[in-house]
Amino acid sequence: MTQTSTFSELRLDGVSRQFAGTDALKDLDLTIRAGEFIALLGPSGCGKSTALNCLAGLLPLTGGSIWQDEKRIDTLPPERRGFGMVFQNYALFPHMTVRSNIAFGLQMRRLPKQEVAQRTDEAIRLVQLEEHAGKLPGQLSGGQQQRVAIARAVVLEPSLVLMDEPLSNLDAKLRLEMRTEIRRLHQSLGLTTVYVTHDQEEALSMADRLVVLRKGKVQQIGTPEDLHTRPANWHVADFMGFRNLVELTVSGADGDLVVVEDKGLKLAATPVEPLSTGDAVVVAVRPEDLVVRTGAGGHSSPSSSVDAVVEVVEYQGRELAVEVRTREGQRLHVRTGERLAPGDAVTLDVDPVRLLAFPRGDEPLAGRATLGADAEPRDKDVAPALSGSGPS
Amino acid sequence: MTVRTETPPQAPRQAPRNAPSLRHRLAERGIDSQLLLLVPAMVFVIGLFIYPFLYGLGLSFQPTNGGGPLTEYKRFFEDTFQRDTIWKTLRLAIPAALFNVLAAVPIAYRMRGRFRGKRLITTLLVIPITLGTVLTAEGLLNFLGPAGWFNRVLISAGILDEPLRLVNNYWGVFFSLVITGFPFAFLLILSYLSGIDPSLERAAATLGADWRARFRRITLPLLAPGLATTFCLTFVLAFSVFPSAILVGNPTGETRVISIAAYQAAYEQYDYPFASAIAMIMGAIEIVIIGVVLLWRSQFYVGSTGGKG
Repeated sequence: MTQTSTFSELRLDGVSRQFAGTDALKDLDLTIRAGEFIALLGPSGCGKSTALNCLAGLLPLTGGSIWQDEKRIDTLPPERRGFGMVFQNYALFPHMTVRSNIAFGLQMRRLPKQEVAQRTDEAIRLVQLEEHAGKLPGQLSGGQQQRVAIARAVVLEPSLVLMDEPLSNLDAKLRLEMRTEIRRLHQSLGLTTVYVTHDQEEALSMADRLVVLRKGKVQQIGTPEDLHTRPANWHVADFMGFRNLVELTVSGADGDLVVVEDKGLKLAATPVEPLSTGDAVVVAVRPEDLVVRTGAGGHSSPSSSVDAVVEVVEYQGRELAVEVRTREGQRLHVRTGERLAPGDAVTLDVDPVRLLAFPRGDEPLAGRATLGADAEPRDKDVAPALSGSGPS
Repeated sequence: MTVRTETPPQAPRQAPRNAPSLRHRLAERGIDSQLLLLVPAMVFVIGLFIYPFLYGLGLSFQPTNGGGPLTEYKRFFEDTFQRDTIWKTLRLAIPAALFNVLAAVPIAYRMRGRFRGKRLITTLLVIPITLGTVLTAEGLLNFLGPAGWFNRVLISAGILDEPLRLVNNYWGVFFSLVITGFPFAFLLILSYLSGIDPSLERAAATLGADWRARFRRITLPLLAPGLATTFCLTFVLAFSVFPSAILVGNPTGETRVISIAAYQAAYEQYDYPFASAIAMIMGAIEIVIIGVVLLWRSQFYVGSTGGKG
């Protein structure tokens, strides 16, 4: 298959979708350049699948428009947009063989029989399903069905491939393999891809740019590094692996830093936006940025350390995931190489650069249960590769 | 070793000391105390279906006036008046069943998703089930009869000069079969359709298929087994038509269906062997038609269609 790019950019202009009066997606502005891999990221119900379905033409917009270069496409039905789509449940036609599934789109374009056969063969080879070409989807494993779904979408050489959580039904090992596979296909075919996921790690590792959505609104658009080091608000931080979120109050400034305190804590933090004394803030720090100091050797300034007692220890290979509790009862998560045991007294140092202070906004921290659910990386083997780099 | 004797030959050979208990091995084959739950159903089926059926079958081979065991069957097929009832019934039942299935498909297809007012429309479409044949027949006579609203409206509008004959003939029975059979067909097809994963059609759309191609290539092949089953059920309902053939049909002429023949033999001539033979012929014809339809059905994919079932 040859490299295709039938547009140079795809522009989403204030794309909105309401369901029964509530906004499932509100004012999504995004410009996708040809060849880009964009991930739409967010917890369930954030509007990411809505956005994808609007792009595919499966859901009409209630506001905004979509432009492919200078052509408006949000009024076209899905069959005339020419986008490939991979569905979460694969949506393979159960009554057709693998070959007919893949050939379906080519036949719909009324291509000559010979070309259909040739391109179908090529796509089957691409996803390494030669031996299974004559089988029905029901006879294939999850990973194989997934590959059929991808082949069926890319065989048309679509200008844009949409993927709706394509890996969420696979087991952890296969998920890692397919992740590489999808990225490889994206590069070798020169596809433009929009990929929906709720897995921040998947999004960070695959995408060129990420769009973080929450309650139908865009929270942040940026490169993986942008999001990893400079989350725009504490919701994004929470979603990007800042497991420690504490509500505090600004008590003063200290050069570029602010001093935040409450709950027996007094810390220097980096403000993400200008803050003034008395502001309610949420401070966020990754578990691996809390450095454990055992025993009493307190050199560092009191405004960047926390005394706590170890409560729960999880073994995770080279490191331990430790939950500690301060005297005032604040729980914190720590990753450390130190061999700690429950009951140990520890002092945690934190570099003010790694401690981000966000304005609290209207929503209290207590309401973050759904966001936090996926914040912890699923696969510990890969996590250090991402989290170890830290802010740069 | 005493337990071993109970082991069927294909059971895995195991050391006697580790052999699972007899109860456990029976349970593996689905034989356990839960089977007792089937007893009421078995009593019902044997007492109310199998025994009467075999009794009738036996009766049909014992002609009233002597002769060989097949005398009653021969009598039926040699008499044109009786033999023609087969054709008359099929002529009603097959078109009515086909019409019900084909008319239900587009309506159910439009109504497969969720939308406001779906329950109301479904209720309206299904209400005829609750009416019963006699009420339907009364309604048809009033509405479609020579002096009914339908003809009066058309005549006073100047569209017709004389009333259309729509009752007490073939069409009366046909309408009655449609009114009572359509709701069944609609409900069945609706449930088959909602068993098809809606994302299949969406996938087809993203692959460039317009609605015609989506219906022809995706929905119809997946629905075909359901259509076959629905046809069989509505056909059986229509084939045993009796009350409406008398009330809105022409029971001595073109709608003298096979069940009227059986009724007359049994309750007007008290010729039970002949009536039983007719009933057996009825059953045989139904089985042949259903067999043909199911054979056609087996050409299609009949596995999971991914929906909510």
